[in-house]
Amino acid sequence: MDGVELRYGGHAVLQDISLSVEAGEIVTIVGPNGSGKSTLLRVLIGALRPQSGRVLRDAALRIGYVPQKLQIDPTLPMTVRRFLDLPQRVDSSRAAHALETAGAGGLERRQMVDLSGGQFQRVLLARAILSEPNLLVLDEPTQGLDQPGSAAFYRQIEDVRDRLGCAILMVSHELHVVMSASDRVVCLNGHVCCEGTPEVVRAAPAYRELFGTGTGGALALYRHDHDHHHHDHDHAHEGHEC
Amino acid sequence: MLGDFMVRAALAALGVALASGVLGCFVVWRRMAFFGDAVAHAAILGVALSLAFSASVFVGVLAVSLLMAVALWALEGRGLGQDALLAVLAYGALALGLVAAAVLPGGRVDLDAYLFGEVLTATRVDLVVIWAGAALVVAAVWWRWNALLTATLSPDLAHAAGIDPRREQMILTLMLAALVAVAIKVVGALLITAMLIIPAAAARHFARTPEAMAMIAVAFGALASLGGLWGAVLMDAPVGPSIIVASALIFAVARGTGRAVI
Repeated sequence: MDGVELRYGGHAVLQDISLSVEAGEIVTIVGPNGSGKSTLLRVLIGALRPQSGRVLRDAALRIGYVPQKLQIDPTLPMTVRRFLDLPQRVDSSRAAHALETAGAGGLERRQMVDLSGGQFQRVLLARAILSEPNLLVLDEPTQGLDQPGSAAFYRQIEDVRDRLGCAILMVSHELHVVMSASDRVVCLNGHVCCEGTPEVVRAAPAYRELFGTGTGGALALYRHDHDHHHHDHDHAHEGHEC
Repeated sequence: MLGDFMVRAALAALGVALASGVLGCFVVWRRMAFFGDAVAHAAILGVALSLAFSASVFVGVLAVSLLMAVALWALEGRGLGQDALLAVLAYGALALGLVAAAVLPGGRVDLDAYLFGEVLTATRVDLVVIWAGAALVVAAVWWRWNALLTATLSPDLAHAAGIDPRREQMILTLMLAALVAVAIKVVGALLITAMLIIPAAAARHFARTPEAMAMIAVAFGALASLGGLWGAVLMDAPVGPSIIVASALIFAVARGTGRAVI
């Protein structure tokens, strides 16, 4: 993405955004509400056309997209298995394997509307990886999940990256959980405020200005506990100031 | 056998049931009821214009419905597809058609046949037109099935998969206009949307997948067509409204016996 600019009725949502994702990299975009995070992803997948700037995609790029939320109209019957056949039919062993990889094994016959929030997100993830993407794009993938639920989901995403070797670009406001899993963090507020490894961004003045300093402790806790799967309890103490 | 007007009427109604069952599912899933009404009501203006200029009613209806459909599609693209605006267009077009039929040269025509359908007078040519139109609608929807479903679930999901959701919506819009042009003979402009929505809504109660819903909707539409035709002849009632009454009865039974979703 090179110098991308997008306005809605005179109001600039994205200004001079230049951003790149390398193969196999986990990049997280953080930013307050209304900072243009989702808009940026929608430009990337081609749903929005920027007024200026360019989006350069590798010729071999295959994007797997996990939307922020998916409202399935109750009039539309949809089993998990049928959902995985969109946009292209896949054979049942591949579908089952994708569900396993995403941590949603055995859900094939359930109706999408009957799934819990965590199951639903995992099925979205399973569908996204069926196209064998080399870039997985996730928009606030843990919205509506509780703390243990989102921590588990982020571990799942890391696991998927390790298995598929794809790059991951995700948007989140759950800084403490997300940052340590990222190779690179981009702090967005209409423009790119700062960018770098989680440590660099955490120390950057622009980031502190946006989010305060209170998340630093929680980040350290999360890193420390990364292998023990206890984060659910630890996050009770973190102090969000953003 | 095709000499028998009852057989022709039954075949005409079955053709419309086939196409409207498949297309109707998308009308229900995408909440396009008013959209369908606007396109169908515009058909009356098409009738008035055809009669005034002594042109084929089929061509007039098709032309005006297509124009209305494309106009609605364009409005939706600008984020103007609200309920109220669609209603203004739907009833504006209907009223304009009624006024035009009364004041345009060509004499005051009785519009009942176009408002409520008159399938008992269907000719062999009508049958050919209806089944050709139905085949076109079913083939187009079948061809784009997965892309249409993806775009219906989420435009962003479609974009990410390289599907243009606006293009898919255009296909549905054009097929809606084609269906109106052939269904007006059977159920009339006022009840075409009912023929689209009611069998599909009834089918929802028994379906676990989109494909099953479409097939059950076609079956329910066919059942309502034959049942409505039979009931109309028995009670000397108009056929179009009788078919819709039969559909509504099927819906009531489906809702009572299946999982109440709608």
